[in-house]
Amino acid sequence: MAANKAAKEQKYDRQLRLWGDHGQEALENAHVCLVNATATGTEILKNLVLPGIGAFTIVDGHKVSGEDVGNKLNRAQAATELLQELNSDVSGNFVEEVRAAGSYEMSQIWLDTCLRLGAVLWNAEVPFLVCRTYGLVGCMRLVVREHTVVESHPDNALEDLRLDQPFTELKNHIDSYDLDSMEKKDHSHTPWIIIVAKFLEKWYSEHNFQMPKNYKEKEAFRELLRQGILKNENGAPEDEENFDEAIKNVNTALNATKISSTVEDIFSCDLCDNITAQTPAFWVMARAVRDFVRDDGNGILPVRGTIPDMIADSEKFIKLQNVYREKALQDASVVSKHVESLLQSVGKVHGWHLNNFITNAAFLRVVRCRSLEEEYSIESVNKDEITSCMDNPDSEMVLYLMLRSIDRFYQQHSHYPGVYDYQVEEDISRLKVCVNSLLQEYGLSVSVKDDYIHEFCRCGSAEPHTVAAFLGGCAAQEAIKIITQQFVPFNNTFIYNAMTQTSATFQL
Amino acid sequence: FALCLFREKKRRKIEALSEKMAVDEGHVACGGDWDGRWNHLKKFLERSGPFTLPDFEPGTETLQFLLETCKILVIGAGGLGCELLKNLALSGFRNIHVVDMDTIDISNLNRQFLFRSKDVGRPKAEVAAEFVNSRVPGCNVTPYPYFRVELRLTLTFEYFIARRWMNGMLISLLNYENGVVDQSTIIPLIDGGTEGFKGNARVILPGMTACIDCTLELYPPQINFPMCTIASMPRLPEHCIEFARILQWPKEEPFGDGVSLDGDNPEHIQWVFMKAQERASEFNITGVTYRLTQGVVKRVIPAVASTNAVIAAACATEAFKIATSAYVTLNNYLVFSDVDGLYTYTFEAERKENCSACSQVPQDLQFSSSAKLQDVLQYLTESTSLQMKSPAITTTLQGKNKTLYLQVINIKRSLVFSFSLSPSVLVSLTGAELGLADGQELAVADVTTPQTVLFKLNFTS
Repeated sequence: MAANKAAKEQKYDRQLRLWGDHGQEALENAHVCLVNATATGTEILKNLVLPGIGAFTIVDGHKVSGEDVGNKLNRAQAATELLQELNSDVSGNFVEEVRAAGSYEMSQIWLDTCLRLGAVLWNAEVPFLVCRTYGLVGCMRLVVREHTVVESHPDNALEDLRLDQPFTELKNHIDSYDLDSMEKKDHSHTPWIIIVAKFLEKWYSEHNFQMPKNYKEKEAFRELLRQGILKNENGAPEDEENFDEAIKNVNTALNATKISSTVEDIFSCDLCDNITAQTPAFWVMARAVRDFVRDDGNGILPVRGTIPDMIADSEKFIKLQNVYREKALQDASVVSKHVESLLQSVGKVHGWHLNNFITNAAFLRVVRCRSLEEEYSIESVNKDEITSCMDNPDSEMVLYLMLRSIDRFYQQHSHYPGVYDYQVEEDISRLKVCVNSLLQEYGLSVSVKDDYIHEFCRCGSAEPHTVAAFLGGCAAQEAIKIITQQFVPFNNTFIYNAMTQTSATFQL
Repeated sequence: FALCLFREKKRRKIEALSEKMAVDEGHVACGGDWDGRWNHLKKFLERSGPFTLPDFEPGTETLQFLLETCKILVIGAGGLGCELLKNLALSGFRNIHVVDMDTIDISNLNRQFLFRSKDVGRPKAEVAAEFVNSRVPGCNVTPYPYFRVELRLTLTFEYFIARRWMNGMLISLLNYENGVVDQSTIIPLIDGGTEGFKGNARVILPGMTACIDCTLELYPPQINFPMCTIASMPRLPEHCIEFARILQWPKEEPFGDGVSLDGDNPEHIQWVFMKAQERASEFNITGVTYRLTQGVVKRVIPAVASTNAVIAAACATEAFKIATSAYVTLNNYLVFSDVDGLYTYTFEAERKENCSACSQVPQDLQFSSSAKLQDVLQYLTESTSLQMKSPAITTTLQGKNKTLYLQVINIKRSLVFSFSLSPSVLVSLTGAELGLADGQELAVADVTTPQTVLFKLNFTS
């Protein structure tokens, strides 16, 4: 058992560094269902099996065709066996018969299946990812009612240093320094946070307790810092890297600490207001943080508790780091009390990862997708998004419209355009009719270039492997985001154009 | 992680080859293709379309070219390489060559799917070739688990150097006539890279589009922690780990005299881990873990199957386009990230007029007349547009070729041999000892380029 665990840690080492042991656990407890083991479908599963998804089930009634590689097996079984081989930690199985009336026919009318399945999954609150490779175009649609993200792992997150409103312990710690009486060694190894804080005090006394606000003032503040650098016997400035760091960080360090609009939106959700016994953990914790903000935090979030590395001697750095860490722990325990009282009021207890939530409070995200029904209904189609994107007639939006059109074509002609060589010419004009009827029905006054209609006939619904592989990579990672609740999923339609190697995301 | 496409003048050569094929014994015309096998490709190769290149001619020759003639070299059979080999094989490429000197490690198995746990320890190139050849009938992947001797030293520890070397190599194969590149000597290079959830793919037509060195600034060198921090002022767990690796290991030689730290040896990592923990507790630093230790010592780059799948797919799509002209090629750089939603950015990287690799122009070096040899060395290694590793400098003095500076460093990064015309690199360039004059041409060799780079010294007083 232990040997197996160690081997797994080694095998998954490179990905554990991205989503941690808890992310891996979530992945290993997950079960995904793939409907239709096409090239795209098997690529998606491959990218879920390799990192160790708990289990997968393939639903597919098709036989393997000449375009698939090799075997004369049923597609679901063939795919399951090949995928299973990639990772013995994963358990896979398949279902060939779809238990519904006219099932084999239904799976041919792709759109029909999609919409019906979509409705069922929407009601059951099961996340649904619809993927399709059509010629050199890939398309992904995420359908999830509400997906909350605690660990969004933002790039370039701003630090939480509180220099504009230092908490008591930080203030006391800053006061314990007297820059003017320090020896050079100490002076040069004082953390830049302390330096900025000290000079900010000087600035306040001369500027009516107002922070440097614009470029001119920040530049003046930087000059103040420059003046603070020790001089040698000849009056030339010494080499003090910590002061260089202070000067470099003036831009970001002096920003007012405030709550982002994304987080404010989360706080003002209904789910935050009305806590019941059914309220998911995310919303209870969000409410607890909100209560902290209003009652204890003077309008700001609990202290995050981390500081970036900076030039300093070990002792000074560690002491400063601990000031932030201890305050973070203090704030966390206050939030924890709020959680307890909220839960008590609805008769529950919890064992949640509260600290994780609090450290990430500034980066919480919620993704809500519209249902397929809303996207396809004439009353609620997102006309604005479609027409404004089509101001550029080569926008990826035209590919979306073409995909909608070829489904319409299939409904009318029982085959996709241009599947056989002899059909190509004729289908171009028939497809054009479909495009126009689609645009008319939805009241979209946009025009679609003939080139795209031609291209969507030429490709004859082929599923080139490299395009399927690209989409397979994208889709698998979105699924992993949903499963691990880390990183932020897209919302809600992603189009990839392999002809131009460009992509776009639309909210439809 | 890099592909070179060998593309011959398709139309004429295919005819000649078809004749040859008919005569060859035992040669199966289409590699045992079953009905419908290449249907998905045929739609793009046998039909005209609105987005093809002007020279595209729909017909059966292009598929024949892919299946029979087109040669492609894949460098690396790791995260990107495995995906690439599969993509190429399933897209009709059959004459595939793959280079990789590495052997399979258990930590590869979360994404390098051509390998199984029973393959651990075997050469990647060989196992990858075996797998593809057995699963994709008709495909012929030739493995090279080695490379030319000069490269041995470099490819094993610095993948980026390998990229630059290959870039330089392809440039050296170009023929110029009256200053214009002969297009039939261009071997396209498709380069892909990934790191966690980010990646990029680019198409390089040597001599025509931006090469790797044209955009060297896009790849800034790795920053190491300052020595004084590691030696006396640690603040982060990483500092403690580097202390154990850089200072304690050479001093204590815990596994014997001259035994270097091997990042793949768990016992070595365990030693570094424990020493790092001791150091950390001395300074009240928290956060030293075995995983962090391994990450720092091996300079681990986090990696996951999905990003590699995306980038390799983009690269293979470009290979297909270049080989068939079925669509316009990427011009020329794609950036990808799926940390927050999915993001791609496509742009045309520009050629650098005085690129040290592809501009054919001797590089200008400006120094004051009091500059020292050390200043030249510093510039060559630290300039973001050159980023040389261990340059060897020669020049012609009094009609004779003289080595100004040469340093040989082996795989384990320890100095083996050092030579300089003068006992000290602090010697003045224009002084009596070296006597270099304004306009002096220096020839510089370095592991980052297969060809010598020519520099011209300009002295400003």
